[in-house]
Amino acid sequence: MNRSEILKTVNEVFIDILDDESLVLTEETSANDVEDWDSLNHIQIVVAVEKQFKIRFTSQEILSWKTVGEMISSISSKTL
Amino acid sequence: MKTLSQLKKNLKNNFSALKPVKVALLGDSATQLLSVALRGTGFDLGFDLQIWEADFNQIERQVFDPASALYEFKPEIVILFQSSHKLLQKYNKLSPEAYETLANQQLELIASLNTTISASLNCRIIYYNYTEINDSVFGSYANKTPSSFLFQTRKLNYELMLYAANQPGFSICDLSAIQNQFGKATLFHPSVYISTDMVLSIDILPQVAAGTTALIAAMYGKIKKCLVFDLDNTIWGGIIGDDGLEQIQLGSLGIGKTFTEFQHWLKKLKNRGIILAVCSKNTESVAKEAFEKHPDMVLKLEDIAVFTANWENKVDNLREIQNTLNIGFDSMVFLDDNPFERNMVREHIPEITIPELPEDPADYLEYLYSLNLFETASFTNQDAERTKHYQTAAKRITDQQSFVNENDFLKSLNMVSIVEPFNKFNIPRVAQLSQRSNQFNLRTIRYTEAALEKLTDSPGTFTFSFTLEDKFGDNGLICAVILEKESADTLFIDTWLMSCRVLKRGMENFVLNTLINFAKAKDFKYLKGEYLPTAKNQIVKDHYKNLGFFEKDAYWIADVNACKTKDIFINYK
Repeated sequence: MNRSEILKTVNEVFIDILDDESLVLTEETSANDVEDWDSLNHIQIVVAVEKQFKIRFTSQEILSWKTVGEMISSISSKTL
Repeated sequence: MKTLSQLKKNLKNNFSALKPVKVALLGDSATQLLSVALRGTGFDLGFDLQIWEADFNQIERQVFDPASALYEFKPEIVILFQSSHKLLQKYNKLSPEAYETLANQQLELIASLNTTISASLNCRIIYYNYTEINDSVFGSYANKTPSSFLFQTRKLNYELMLYAANQPGFSICDLSAIQNQFGKATLFHPSVYISTDMVLSIDILPQVAAGTTALIAAMYGKIKKCLVFDLDNTIWGGIIGDDGLEQIQLGSLGIGKTFTEFQHWLKKLKNRGIILAVCSKNTESVAKEAFEKHPDMVLKLEDIAVFTANWENKVDNLREIQNTLNIGFDSMVFLDDNPFERNMVREHIPEITIPELPEDPADYLEYLYSLNLFETASFTNQDAERTKHYQTAAKRITDQQSFVNENDFLKSLNMVSIVEPFNKFNIPRVAQLSQRSNQFNLRTIRYTEAALEKLTDSPGTFTFSFTLEDKFGDNGLICAVILEKESADTLFIDTWLMSCRVLKRGMENFVLNTLINFAKAKDFKYLKGEYLPTAKNQIVKDHYKNLGFFEKDAYWIADVNACKTKDIFINYK
């Protein structure tokens, strides 16, 4: 799966958890750009992404991402 | 079971028609998502759980400070969640000599939280017990090592049960059982714990919320009272009408073991006070023969309150059973192996709970265990007698048909009643009635045992409990009244509730006479009643009118000196 395919899937997860059909993510999107992306929703997104890709993030990763792109890097390193 | 995101979507629904309950949630780990799950689950059960959440790790501060936000909020339910992870941190900091004091220390803290809260709030407390963390410091040897963390955790859970058994307002939500059922790998998500301090995984939150709200629902009278079941391929293998008595699978025949174990479960429910009823397409005599003659039948005819075996459709039969027992459809569970029958009943009587029994009878029990259908907020000795009451009620109906004159019939029952104020012996039963009675309940104010105890000490309050016994048997305590002195000449009827199994026996008149005589003896002039309508108490809409009260400003008044005493057929015992 390439980065743009991962981005598309991640975008769908965000739409489902944040219940916002209009949400469009880019690799540069950060929590500051998305109104409902708070720490509570973040953890739900993390768990939903883990399920979607059948992977597990480390606790370090969960705390370190600043942008969607960094999350995609973590995913792509685990789904090679 | 819904997922957390599905439950979260419930939060956008309109809660305004639902029963509001003020809940305080205090935890030593992050509880925001538990709060979301609780409110979302509450919606599906008909509750508007108005949750106030304490700041992170503030349990002691909120409870021991009398001016805290907790007491200002005045919750009806307080949920306390102290996690095993925090307990482990506490243990880790102890000196090795003190390891084995952990359970007792923690229990002391819990008891003091409970007493402090109960002293200031009229509320119930829900406390999660401890999930096991096996730190593997001793391996299995931990089981014989009191200083091990595992030993202390298990001891604490055991001591908690002993403590709760004597604390009517303190309930345990069995988180440990949830971990046993789903496994620690499902319950606990280490990376989520480290990054957010949540000790429950996203996936387990709906289960924990279900366990918690089931307790809350039971506290507010939403409980299952009756289990109706089919016979062929449900409580035995095969079809008795085709296969014959000797060929049905029970005991050691075929897969009989699974049905025998299933019947033991039904019997235990009956012993606990769940009413059992049969609803089967069968010839009655053939179906009953199994109960009377088959050596491997665990259930006997005397375990069944209503036995319906005929060739009519099950919807009508269930209506008949409901009518005989006089309980709500929403307190009934229906078990049938046949999907067609289940769907047919579901379509016509949506209020009944109908588990989707698995295809293989070997799976019945594990599946039914997982549904936790019979949550309760109380258990008294009377519960075990319930089947007998309903059987005698059915007999009474048959007997009544042979009397033309109703008064002659009532006279023939030789009814006696013990009337006494609330005391420590009858308070558990009165509290239970107060939580369970939905139909014959004029104001539907729910009282806990602790609240009733407080009432008995209050000078302007007068309490009455009534039992009813007749020639068929003892119905036990079936009615309770609470009077409040409103002014020098008026007694307000704060509570009047009665078990529906003694309807049409003249009990209302007997109670009224008792109240009038009491009011006269204490020099009061008026009794003042009120009817607060709910979805379920229609049958007492005209209660006061029928008893001769007159309406005034939305209340009902009786002049005790002008009131004619009623003909009654009940004597004081």
